[in-house]
Amino acid sequence: MQKIMVCIKRVVDYNVRVRVKPDGGGVMLDGVKMSVNPFDEIALEEALRIKERLGNVEIVAVSIGIADTQQQLRTALAMGADRAILVQTDTAVEPLTAARTFLSLAKKENPDLIFLGKQAIDDDANQTGQMLAALWDRPQATYASKLEINGDKATVTREVDAGLETIEIDLPAVVTADLRLNEPRYVKLPDIMKAKKKPLDTVSLDSLGVNAGSLLKTVKTEPPSQRQKGILVKDVSELVDLLKKKGLL
Amino acid sequence: MVKVLVIGEHDGKVLNQATLKCVTSAKGLPEAEITIALLGADTGAVAVQAAAVQGVHKVLRVDRPENAHVLAATYAPQIAALAADYTHVFGPSTSFGKDLTPRVAALLGVPQVSDLMAVEGAYRFRRPIYAGNAIITVEADAARKLVATVRVASFEAAPASGGSAAIETRSLSVALPAHTRYIGAKSGSTDRPDLQTASKVVSGGRALGSAENFKMLFSLADKIGAAVGASRAAVDAGYAANEMQVGQTGKIISPEIYFAIGISGAIQHLTGIKDARTIVAINKDAEAPIFEVADFGLVGDLFQIVPELQRLL
Repeated sequence: MQKIMVCIKRVVDYNVRVRVKPDGGGVMLDGVKMSVNPFDEIALEEALRIKERLGNVEIVAVSIGIADTQQQLRTALAMGADRAILVQTDTAVEPLTAARTFLSLAKKENPDLIFLGKQAIDDDANQTGQMLAALWDRPQATYASKLEINGDKATVTREVDAGLETIEIDLPAVVTADLRLNEPRYVKLPDIMKAKKKPLDTVSLDSLGVNAGSLLKTVKTEPPSQRQKGILVKDVSELVDLLKKKGLL
Repeated sequence: MVKVLVIGEHDGKVLNQATLKCVTSAKGLPEAEITIALLGADTGAVAVQAAAVQGVHKVLRVDRPENAHVLAATYAPQIAALAADYTHVFGPSTSFGKDLTPRVAALLGVPQVSDLMAVEGAYRFRRPIYAGNAIITVEADAARKLVATVRVASFEAAPASGGSAAIETRSLSVALPAHTRYIGAKSGSTDRPDLQTASKVVSGGRALGSAENFKMLFSLADKIGAAVGASRAAVDAGYAANEMQVGQTGKIISPEIYFAIGISGAIQHLTGIKDARTIVAINKDAEAPIFEVADFGLVGDLFQIVPELQRLL
């Protein structure tokens, strides 16, 4: 294990309640707090823990986005990544484009592991890791909740609908992090200062030969239909009566 | 002509309800001809069930020993090969489909529409983003194959009987990778209904206070034949198992009745239950956001209410 690449996405912060623009042309993002996608933070934390266990592992944080995405990469560096690469573009990239971009970085960097979050909390697509693994022709272990490295193999426990599943994968491989893989560390002030000196390279999406054109056209954005607020009942027997009357029990 | 390949989810014995919901979503495409693909070691029994689903034209069986366990790395190239004859490939938004379908899309070099919740045309769909805080309408290029996962909570299951699809066995000359191996599974399997497809769900939150206290929800659920769910807070606190989590990053469900007990109702949780027919909320905090979406709310101490509820049901 020599190198781990961690793909992170700049997204609207978890605590922001996103609102749809009145004209239906997307969601309101002006002045909204942006953060590292929470699942990507978990992915990075896992990479850092592997480095702490095995030593001598280089962690490269990579992202795709506008110039301001440097902020999120600096956060990754402050958490402990060794260096960072921003693939700069002003166009929002779709998962397949992101996977093609990360593939091109993977071919240059030759990591033993690529970590991503299982999904980004903005588009909720849940695709990029799987697509990257397919294009790279390598194993994928999605929704990881536990990971053990054994030489050139890894044993991964995955969160699936029926419970937990364990698979063994040959490295290099792509792993996507689920919620319970770990709890990411807090960044301390001295680490933020140190991160300013770590290398952060910027390359353009074009220079990687990846076409940023969108394959799916978003033609409309709407707020979700709201559920009607119901009634408050005074006690359990009233509740049971109402539910029985509605034929629900 | 629209030809849809639905990736069938099954456990070797029973076709999953999620597949029936995918069939319903595919029926929404204009003049769609629907095929269910089944991969497994022996899909004979499941194929009979799939062939009986109303609206299904054909069932394709791909039986080989390597398909005994679902591994996206081995399934994806086979689905991609089958997809040659189809315009659309649909899989369910379950952990099975979410893992597998994007790998198929990438092999085909096409984008994927995730969590398709409504069909507006052969290449026009609606899907949620930002934990369901916005719904987008997306259009794909008809010149390319369209791959999608179907948000199962948005569709009714197609009738499981009445169909008479032809069953075809396919042997594919697809080289399968050996780099990914199934080791084992640990399921919290119980006699209770499956959370994803249950018509009744009893769900608990952090207010339950302990795994021990959570047991009273199991007891209530057993009395009414319900599945048991949990909020992320309850799972993180160790009161409930991971697979019980309902919400944006857990399961998205649409039961007839959902009991939210001691759940405050964070937006990420509400995302998982907004398609429930009826929501009942029990919480001691009258200001909890869960009451904004509940059909019936009861403010009070769950430790008194739940036993009483159980007595009266």
